[in-house]
This record gives sequence, structure tokens and C-alpha cells, in this order.
Amino acid sequence: MRLKIQSFSISNSQAVVSRDESLVLYEDMVLGRVFEDMCAQMYYRGKMFGFVHLYNGQEAVSTGFIKLLEARDSVVSTYCDHVHAVSKGVPPRAVMAELFGKATGCCRGQGGSMHMFSAQHNLLGGFTFIGEGIPVATGAAFSSKYCHEVLKESTPNRLDVTVAFFGDGTCNNGQFFECLNMAQLELWKLPIVFVVENNLWAIGMPHLRATSDPEIWKKGPAFGMPGVHVDGMDVLKVREVAIEAIARARRGEGPTLVECETYRFRGHSLADPDELRKPDEKASYAARDPITALRKYILDKELASAAELKIIEKKVDAVIEDTVEFADSSPLPPWSQLLENIFADPKGFGIGPDGKYRCEDPKFIEGTSLSLESCLPANHLHRCLIPSESSIRPNSIKVRHG
Amino acid sequence: MAASLQSAVFLSNRIDPHRRLFASPARSLPGTKGSILVVRSDGRISGRLSGRNLITNAVAVECCFTKADTPTSSTDSKPGHELLLFEALREGLEEEMDRDPRVCVMGEDVGHYGGSYKVTKGLAPKYGDLRVLDTPIAENSFTGMGIGAAMTGLRPVIEGMNMGFLLLAYNQISNNCGMLHYTSGGQFKIPVVIRGPGGVGRQLGAEHSQRLESYFQSIPGLQMVACSTPYNAKGLMKAAIRSDNPVVLFEHVLLYNLKERIPDEEYVLCLEEAEMVRPGEHVTILTYSRMRYHVMQAAKTLVNKGYDPEVIDIRSLKPFDLYTIGNSVKKTHRVLIVEECMRTGGIGSSLRAAIIDNFWDYLDAPIMCLSSQDVPTPYAGTLEEWTVVQPAQIVAAVEQLCQ
Repeated sequence: MRLKIQSFSISNSQAVVSRDESLVLYEDMVLGRVFEDMCAQMYYRGKMFGFVHLYNGQEAVSTGFIKLLEARDSVVSTYCDHVHAVSKGVPPRAVMAELFGKATGCCRGQGGSMHMFSAQHNLLGGFTFIGEGIPVATGAAFSSKYCHEVLKESTPNRLDVTVAFFGDGTCNNGQFFECLNMAQLELWKLPIVFVVENNLWAIGMPHLRATSDPEIWKKGPAFGMPGVHVDGMDVLKVREVAIEAIARARRGEGPTLVECETYRFRGHSLADPDELRKPDEKASYAARDPITALRKYILDKELASAAELKIIEKKVDAVIEDTVEFADSSPLPPWSQLLENIFADPKGFGIGPDGKYRCEDPKFIEGTSLSLESCLPANHLHRCLIPSESSIRPNSIKVRHG
Repeated sequence: MAASLQSAVFLSNRIDPHRRLFASPARSLPGTKGSILVVRSDGRISGRLSGRNLITNAVAVECCFTKADTPTSSTDSKPGHELLLFEALREGLEEEMDRDPRVCVMGEDVGHYGGSYKVTKGLAPKYGDLRVLDTPIAENSFTGMGIGAAMTGLRPVIEGMNMGFLLLAYNQISNNCGMLHYTSGGQFKIPVVIRGPGGVGRQLGAEHSQRLESYFQSIPGLQMVACSTPYNAKGLMKAAIRSDNPVVLFEHVLLYNLKERIPDEEYVLCLEEAEMVRPGEHVTILTYSRMRYHVMQAAKTLVNKGYDPEVIDIRSLKPFDLYTIGNSVKKTHRVLIVEECMRTGGIGSSLRAAIIDNFWDYLDAPIMCLSSQDVPTPYAGTLEEWTVVQPAQIVAAVEQLCQ
């Protein structure tokens, strides 16, 4: 099989995006940046806790890929997931409330910073351990293929695509390699894009010290898929690559590995003193700030005026202010919520000494809903759901007591 | 319902269901020392060798002798059909795959090879290579893949070729399988079944002889069941597939060739219920999986000595069926737990705690627990035999408990 290792160069003569597209990109990146800056503020003011990892500087990757996706496509992220969530369409209010640990958070306050999920927006997490989201993304891509080929449910040659985001450190982890291998198997050819956000540092371990062959994009062809390296500080370049990678996946041609060279302006987390990275390295990437770059591009190509961009920035500021107010004024989760989501089917709590299922006892799990509605999967897969006997309603199964 | 053990073919990974190997009983009926005993499902005892391959150095034999009036697994008045436990698992799986096209299988050698214990034999030709998916050897990743598929609408049955291999998938099982429904605030469900053979076999060595029930039991969000007869294997498989919770179904390497007559009509068992194997009055013996057979063998001896043990196969390792267990404790006031997992942190430990918490006032004696030794299962046959609980120890324990 001939492997194309593509490098993309953007012609300077004409704009590669339309005005509308460029403004969507701009707004999305600004939203991501302002959101993260607000997170830092809120963290230091004691409104959010634990480990918070901020995405400042990497917005071009999230925006470049996710703004091309349709609602039915899935995104799988890592612990650095706030901006992926917001780009995918999860309301900033829901993300901020989750960060504040409020009941109105997208995960009812149960996930926190590192576990953003949205069934409605097909955001499949938020994962703390590096690499553990990649198999989940592979599974989502498998579902897409399965729906198409086994259930005959999706449009021919238009598979739902999954984009998996992860970092440079993850590319030394077994699950990365195992999933690259599986996604490319002859029979499988899964509709997935593996996006490496290579920001050169894990926490204090630089990519070059941790990796024997640091060129991650080369690992794609080692598994038979295209590997692409792109400047991750340039949203338009990322977008060019993303268009082709997503189209490939959608057509059923299989996975692509995209390495985005990017940089995080802040430490690994808000607890990271960030003492190891050299000032000149930070300065050189700060000079390549993706938002500044796009802004310059928009103004140079006269896609919009500075005043229009200012309007967008003010709009984002207002959104974020509203977001914080909403999160602040939202209620904390009540005690009754503690056990509600342990099991999709709360019969899993078992049968108590009195012979009844424990979940039938109101004192055991307050507020437990026995309804199926709270745990339906993503919208776009409803067409893959064949109505079947629900296992949640205890009397629907003919049970033999043996 | 009596179930007979056919063979020790589990020595090798290739199971030919048409071979019948007979093991000589360690404890035989008087006058039949060294001969072969097979208990048929209708209660007949055959003392004659069929003339095929014979294994004479088997460490123990599991013969399940039950009283004619003992209700163990219930059957219909219809004749039903006979099959082996691994066939029962397959039948359950196949029925669910017919019923719901979202049910799929993934694992090593489940497709073209038919499964290393033949549980999925014939399914790939019938359903295709995507529905019965042969994976590369990458447990953590394909388990995670199954979880991702479950989150997005499918109902995968993930096979660990040996339960021990699922240790490699522990990251996914603990973090994603158990936790995702909770950390997503209930937005995603993970209706996977994780199944595979475990337990101590015949000199398979330490790593192929693992009992991981205790390792998984603390994971919130997971349900665990252990099958022990063809009847409950099929029923639990179907129930596990239909459940919206992630369920770990523990099978045992030595039980795959148990034969039993099961109903023709469809049935699904309750995941959370225990199974009354033998009602009695003197002592409650709680057990699961292979140890059920050691217990029943000991029960025969105990009955001869005048005891009347009540034997319950707990089946649901997490959660415990406190109703069936409690009713028994309230009746007999004495409890013996017989398990194959290790002593430290085992299922028995949790069960003991649960009984003490709930039924302390009903106990006349401390709860006894017989578990495997806390050793990596040795290869040598003698050492292996001493690792797990043997019927003689069960008899001695009951005698001590009932003093």
C-alpha cells in the first residue's frame, strides 16, 4: 500500500476560509481562551478544586478539528478537556458548573474537571489516565462501522467519525500503539482520527527525553495509516489537515494519525510551578499565539474588521460572565444524589434481607430513578437502537428461580 | 438437577466436544475403588467405562449426587435437551444475538477459532466477522473498545481467553467500566458482559489458575456473577447481556464439560439471586462455582454421617442475595463459606462481613470460611490439590461447626 505522508502548505495569496468560517473559528478560540483564563481565576478564588489542566495556547487544535465535525460525530478527550467540550457544543455554563462541583454541571458535579461528558453532544469523556480514552474512542468508531455494516443504519460512505485527542506523553503508552494497530486492521478500518497534541512536555518530562523516536507522525505509517505533521499553532493549517483526515474516515478509508505541534502557555496543571520550561521556549511559542495569528489573518485578508472582532470578544466575555454567575448560583448536589448513578440498572445494588431490591427502599437510595431515560446514549445512535425489552423494569423478564 | 462432570479435557486449550474423558474418583462408592462413575442427568449412575481415553491421575472428581427430591435448578415438565456447560453458554449467547442485533462478541480467537473453550464456536460463520470480532492480543485496548462501543449503543460481550488476562484490562475495567456511568452523571451506560474462564484447573500453573473475583469486587458499578451449571450458565449469560450494568461473568475452566438437561423454552435467570442447591436444617454452606461440587461431594458424606446441610450457590458475587442467604442463616444458625478464591480479601471475607452486619443475632457459632491458600497456584499436582479446598476439609469444618 502506498502511503502518502502529506505536508500541507497554505498559499498566502487568497483566504482559505470564508468570512463566516473564519469568524466561527475566531469566536471558538477566543471562547476557549477566555474560559480557561476564567478557570484559573476561579481556581485561585477557591471556586474550583483539585487538578485543573488548562488548554491555553492549544486552541487551534481543538477549534481546527471540532468545528468541522457534525453533531453525530464523537470527540474523546483527556483530562485537559474543557475546551474540547466547549468546542463540541457543550454549553459553557454546564462545563463551569461541573468545575464548581454543582448539580447543574454536565455530569451533575460527579465528574469534575477531568471527566467532561455529554451524551447530547457526543463528548465521550474526559479521562484521567493518559491513553485510557483512546480505546474508548476506538470503540465509538467501531460502533459507527458496526451501525453501517451490520445494522445497515447509516448513510453509505458517510460514517460517523470519532476524533481522539491526546498528548505526546500518551504516545509512549501501550494503548496508543494497540489502538493504532486495531483501527487499521484489514477488516476494521475504523472511522477515527488520532490527534496528537504534542506540546513538547508531559508534566516535567520533555518529549525528547521520553521518546526514542520523537517524530510521532511517523508512527502512523508503521501501522499502515497516513501520518501527518502539522503546525498546531495555526488553526487554518490544522483545519486543512482535519478536512482531509475526517473525510477519509467518513468515506470508510480508515484512520489517520495527525501530530499537531503545539504548546501550552500555562503549566501542566494549576498546581504545576512550571519551572523547567525555558523562558525563551515559552516566548517563542507565545509569539505564535493561534488567536493572534488568526486575528492577523482575518484583518490582513479583510475578512472582517477589528471592530467586528471586538464585538465577538465582548460577546465571549459576556458569555463567560454569565457562565460564572450561573455556576456560582447553582446548587450543590444533595446527599440524595450520592448513589443515584452507580448503576444504570439499580437492581445492581442487590436484594436486601427483606427480599426486596434495595433500590425499592426509598431510604437506601434517595431519588433513584428507575426510568431508562436518564441513561440513553447519544442522539445520533438512536437510529441504531432497536427497541427491545428493557431490563430495568423488574417484571419484564420471565425469571426462573433455580 | 444432577449435573455430571465429563472430563478433564480442559488440560489443553483445544476442546473437542466429542471426546469424553473420564477421571477416576478420589472418593468412590464402596466396592468401586478405581472404577469410573458418571452420574447422568436423570440420576442413573453408570459404573462402566465407555472404552475411550482414561485419565487415571486426576486429582479430584466432581460428582454431584443429589437426593431425588432435591430441587436444585428448576426444570419444566418438558423433556428439554442435554448439553455441556460451554454449549449452554453458547446457546444463551446465540439466543441473545438473534434477539438483539446490537449484541456482539469481541476477544481473542472468538471468531474463526471458535473460542479457546469453544463457547463461540460457529458464531462467526453465522453472524460475520464484525459481530464476532477477533481482536489482536491487547486486552486493555479491546476491553476499552468494548466500553466505547457500549457507550455508543452496542452491547458487547468481551471474552478474556483466561480470566487472568483481564488483569491487563484492569485499567479499563476499573476506571471506565465501573466508573463511567457515575462520572458522566448517568449520561452513558456500559452494558458490557466481561466473561471468561478462571479458577484453578489441572496443573495449569499459577498465572492460568487465577481467581479474580476478589480483585474486581471493590469496583463500584460492577456486578459479578459466577455460573456453575449448564442451566445457570445459560440463564446468567442471557441476564448479563440484557442488563444495562457492566457484568463480569465468571466461568470455571473445570466446569465447561458439565452435562445437564436444560429446558427447551427460553428462560433468563435473575442476576442478583442465589440458588438453593440442597435445602437442609443443620448448617448453611455458601459456595459458588467449582466449589459447589466439592461441597456437594462433602454433603454426601455429611448426610451419611447424619448431618443435614443446606447448600446455597450464591451465584451473585456482587451484590449478595441477602434474602436467600438470610433466610438460611435464620433457619440453621450456622454458616460455612466455601470458596476458591484466596483467603485474603476474598469473596468470603465480604460475605462474612455482610452476614455479621445483617444477621448477627441469628448466629449460634462464628462463621467459618474455607478458602484457597494465599499462594500462587503451584504447578505440582499435590501442591495444587492442597491449594484449594477439598471435600474432606468441608466435612471436617461442618463437624466442627456443629459441635
